[in-house]
Amino acid sequence: MSRPKGAIVGIGELKPQRLTSGVRTLEVIAEVSRLAVLDAGLDPAAIDGLLVGPQVGETPQHVPATIAEYLGLAPTMANVVDLGGASGAGMVWRAAAAIEAGMCETVLCVLANNREETPPRSPNRNPIREFDVPFGASGANISYALLMQAHMAAYGSTARDFALIAAAARANAQLNPDAIFFGKPADVEAVLASPIIASPLHLLEIVMPVAGGEAVVVTSVERARSLRKPPVHLLGAGEKVTHRAVSQAPSLTSGPLKSAMARAFQQSGTRADEMDLLSLYDCYTIMVATTIEDAGLCAPGQFGAWLNDHDLSHKGDKPLNTHGGQLGFGQPDLAGGMTHVVEAVRQLRGEAGERQIGKAGLALVTGNGATMSEATALVLGAA
Amino acid sequence: MSVDLNTLKTPGPTITALTKPFWDAAAEGRLTIQHCEDRGKAIFYPRPICPHCWSKRLVWKDASGRGRLKSFSEVHKPGHAGWLPVAPYVVGLVELVEGPTMLSFILAGTRPLQIGDMLRLAPTAIGGRVLPAFKPVEPGAEEKPQ
Ligand SMILES: [Zn+2]
Repeated sequence: MSRPKGAIVGIGELKPQRLTSGVRTLEVIAEVSRLAVLDAGLDPAAIDGLLVGPQVGETPQHVPATIAEYLGLAPTMANVVDLGGASGAGMVWRAAAAIEAGMCETVLCVLANNREETPPRSPNRNPIREFDVPFGASGANISYALLMQAHMAAYGSTARDFALIAAAARANAQLNPDAIFFGKPADVEAVLASPIIASPLHLLEIVMPVAGGEAVVVTSVERARSLRKPPVHLLGAGEKVTHRAVSQAPSLTSGPLKSAMARAFQQSGTRADEMDLLSLYDCYTIMVATTIEDAGLCAPGQFGAWLNDHDLSHKGDKPLNTHGGQLGFGQPDLAGGMTHVVEAVRQLRGEAGERQIGKAGLALVTGNGATMSEATALVLGAA
Repeated sequence: MSVDLNTLKTPGPTITALTKPFWDAAAEGRLTIQHCEDRGKAIFYPRPICPHCWSKRLVWKDASGRGRLKSFSEVHKPGHAGWLPVAPYVVGLVELVEGPTMLSFILAGTRPLQIGDMLRLAPTAIGGRVLPAFKPVEPGAEEKPQ
């Protein structure tokens, strides 16, 4: 195993809510940042690095400065990470790299969102707005439906194969009282009986948008040794960005996570089949299917058989998204991707309570943005 | 279709000086795309430089209007309310015979759509503007030159 590149020493998570009214994003950021820094046992003054996400509708520019001012921080490294659902994972290696470069020592990575009845639309003037939207393709549902249809045609994967992923997420969410679908399991039949939103995609194969927030504190491996929580080490990372619009995707059945994960495994000296936890980005069922295949856990097109061969619960041989994934937990906008980081840290610390996995040495975390466009993979390890 | 697509209040394209030749041609029922003279490759969507080699030697040429359906979706819940009156409707990824892929509106044929179906350009007035939509080539149909 390789030398760790950095350590996650604090995590914060807010219970997702369907709606907030009259709440600023900044307020949610403050609440969740406080939780992460408390968890690390640090004084806020110890935070000298700040990584944040874009904020559609509230703070179009100067986001790090606005947040630093609001939180009373004066970071010596600050930036926006704008990789959609890969932003959370993307922040973790950037924090470690900034520490390694001597720019700062302890970085707060935070993503959070409010959710009004009518969320602000981003006023795009880019190619996707000009060449996709006028033809009737607005929003991510249609893009992922196109990916799913292509997978079914290429490999003969079935609606039931995909429904297994949603049902497993819902099942795992029954052990997470904070999950939006806690107390609301849905089996394969329920997923298949839910309405078609954009064929072949069913409603229950799509995350529910919620308000929420996630934060992690990253510091050096040396500094982590003296802090109160068992550190979780960043052992390897990989990233790749290939396109924005689904029409420009190099492939519809494999994505940039394939090379991002390969790099993360190579950097960490690990293999996909050694992971004790799979914390895989799951905006839609098709995203998990493609990630399982791109990780090399099974041959291309064989995810359905793979799912049938494995138990994805915390007690199973392949625990996958033990927090319920975003399909079970809810998707707090960009923070949704960071739920996969936070759950991995919980599991690797042995703090996951009644959903604690048995052996918890290594975790694969993936992030995915836009339409299988922006990909970040992390291999995390217990110290 | 019971609702006239042309009466929809759907968002139109955000045209710039660079992309205007594409939309001007579309209004005349043609599909015109850029070709890189250095690599001989067709590109879509329009750009000031070739995304393959960054050459600026790009010329507009009318495409054949023929393509292959790479994927499609029947949209029951549109992302924009302007499309509600015609839902469900079909969008698809069209791999043009020239090479590039574009997303387009797919008109219904006589048979259920399948990935791999051959398509041809079917200029269609949608939301007050003629768009380069596509429709399936019917089995046995004579391919008319565009
Ligand atoms: Zn070129």
